[in-house]
Amino acid sequence: MDYFLTEEQQMIKDTARELSEEKIIPKRAELDEKNEFAADILKDIAKADLFSIFVPEEYGGLGGGCLESVLALEELARGCVGVATSFAANGLGILPVLIGGSKEMKEKYLPSLAEGSRWAAFGLTEAGAGSDAAGVKTTAVLDGDEWVLNGTKQWITNGGEAQIYTILALTNPEKGVRGASLFVVEDGDPGFSYGKKEDKMGIRASATRELIMKDCRIPKDRLIGRKGTGFITVMKTLDVSRPGIASLGVGLGQAALDEAAVYAKQRVQFDKPIISFQAVQHMLADMAIQVEAARSLVYGTAKHIDTHPKDMSKGSAMCKVFATDMAMKVTTDAVQVMGGYGYMKEYPVEKMMRDAKILQIYEGTNQIQRNVIGQELNKEYA
Amino acid sequence: MNIVVCIKQVPDAKNVRLDPKTNTLSREGVESIMNPFDRHALEEGVSLKEKVGGKVTVLSMGPPQAEDVLREAIACGADEGVLVSDRAFAGADTWATSYTLAKAVEAVGGADLILCGKQAIDGDTAQVGPGLAFQLNRPYVTCVQKIRDVSENAIQVERMMDDGYDVVQLPLPALLTVVKDINEPRVPSLKGKMKAKKAEIKVLSAADIGAEAECIGLTGSPTQVAKVFSPEPHGERRVFSGSPEEQIEQLVKEIRGYL
Repeated sequence: MDYFLTEEQQMIKDTARELSEEKIIPKRAELDEKNEFAADILKDIAKADLFSIFVPEEYGGLGGGCLESVLALEELARGCVGVATSFAANGLGILPVLIGGSKEMKEKYLPSLAEGSRWAAFGLTEAGAGSDAAGVKTTAVLDGDEWVLNGTKQWITNGGEAQIYTILALTNPEKGVRGASLFVVEDGDPGFSYGKKEDKMGIRASATRELIMKDCRIPKDRLIGRKGTGFITVMKTLDVSRPGIASLGVGLGQAALDEAAVYAKQRVQFDKPIISFQAVQHMLADMAIQVEAARSLVYGTAKHIDTHPKDMSKGSAMCKVFATDMAMKVTTDAVQVMGGYGYMKEYPVEKMMRDAKILQIYEGTNQIQRNVIGQELNKEYA
Repeated sequence: MNIVVCIKQVPDAKNVRLDPKTNTLSREGVESIMNPFDRHALEEGVSLKEKVGGKVTVLSMGPPQAEDVLREAIACGADEGVLVSDRAFAGADTWATSYTLAKAVEAVGGADLILCGKQAIDGDTAQVGPGLAFQLNRPYVTCVQKIRDVSENAIQVERMMDDGYDVVQLPLPALLTVVKDINEPRVPSLKGKMKAKKAEIKVLSAADIGAEAECIGLTGSPTQVAKVFSPEPHGERRVFSGSPEEQIEQLVKEIRGYL
């Protein structure tokens, strides 16, 4: 379907697809098996300028918006959601600086991030703070000219691989979420270290690790925005980033459909290619409908977000739920269409099915997304 | 360092078919691509430039549409594209092509290093690289799998051999043809694509490069293709059957018969 992309948007999509085909797909099975972070591929992505997409032009970026990011993520996810997740998590790590950072802070961090010479990560989740982000226990106390951070972040994508971390910590624990602030912590800061490396079901080409701050001392000017604005900035960040996760679902769903359809044309049973059987055709048709519907919703939401509206939470949550539930269903059906072969590691769809599951969980579970949508509806129909 | 990379536009081998009547390549509806070996030569040129500084000029002889591969090369990091294009070049064999490219290299101001792919996937001759070096009277090494070291007036490379590699040092200016093992070509970057879109491709005619009429095109080609055909499979073939032991027994018996 033609989405009337501009020449530049099409160029971004094509570049990401070339990266997927030439750099990601040949290596994805090995990275998955070895549970290996795809550092070399991220360097290739950097060389192709994709890290610069959503960084403003004055900081060395291309100045693209949510739609441009979504197009790149979709094509990278078509190759491997693990690799695409590392790339997406970098964006998530930068967003708080883009949204709440001072001009000096942007000048300090954005050019190297646009270049892709340094990578970012986002540190929100803790052992006791998942869906309930307000349960954060990490603290930050001002001591002279330095903030002193204490706490442990859990399941941080790009943990140990990124150089720049945006961390949510309580600067005024009595005030709860209103007492939370965001900070930039850099790799090598005193008192900052990495803990347990996770062994995951899917997206195994991405790194997921604990971040440990033990009397971690950082300069005073690493505070993003004003004290106490951390939680609001986190919510704004997630509103903008969720369509990115949705687009990973679209790319993954498309990849699974492609594999299943090609297989169904080749696989002969009862003397006919199985695509000629209505039972299989209907499964493929439903998969195609779901993928295209999700793509339309994601592109539409991304365009809406690029107009900088006030009401982006509902749309952002809707596309995340729809596209990632779709990816789970479509990858499961792709395995079904391919039968025994689909279940084997020689074919890529079993990995796709494992990768799909996380999309329904991270960056806000799909249940939390439905809460967001429900609360917005409750307000709308007041 | 002034680097010239020679590239050729070729039909995508994945989709190419032979015309059953003429036995020539049927190019209709077949996408044109940059010769795969040349992509590696380009990558080597661009990464060498990134290391030691200088300029990469991509050079191609071909019809006007060959401009596409020159733009693609600019998107991959080349600085300038030059297309040598003239009806008079039509029908050139590898000798006439080498002459033409040599004149073009001179016309763009020469080069410290010329890089070519090992061979083009359409003609498969692997002659133009060495031919170009000969025309320019330069030293050359074919099938380079690694550039080990480069200084202002010399370059040290590894030449791939069947059983290992040779280390060869040669003075600059020189020419190298490269194999695919030398690197992994990058994907064209976004900024590169934008630059390529706006880039001006210099088009040079036979007159522009000062080529002599009797040395180019069909006239300048000492070889001509007389006939293209698929050879009939010949020789007697026999397939043995039975268990592996039985088959071996039959084979040994067969061989003994010739002794």
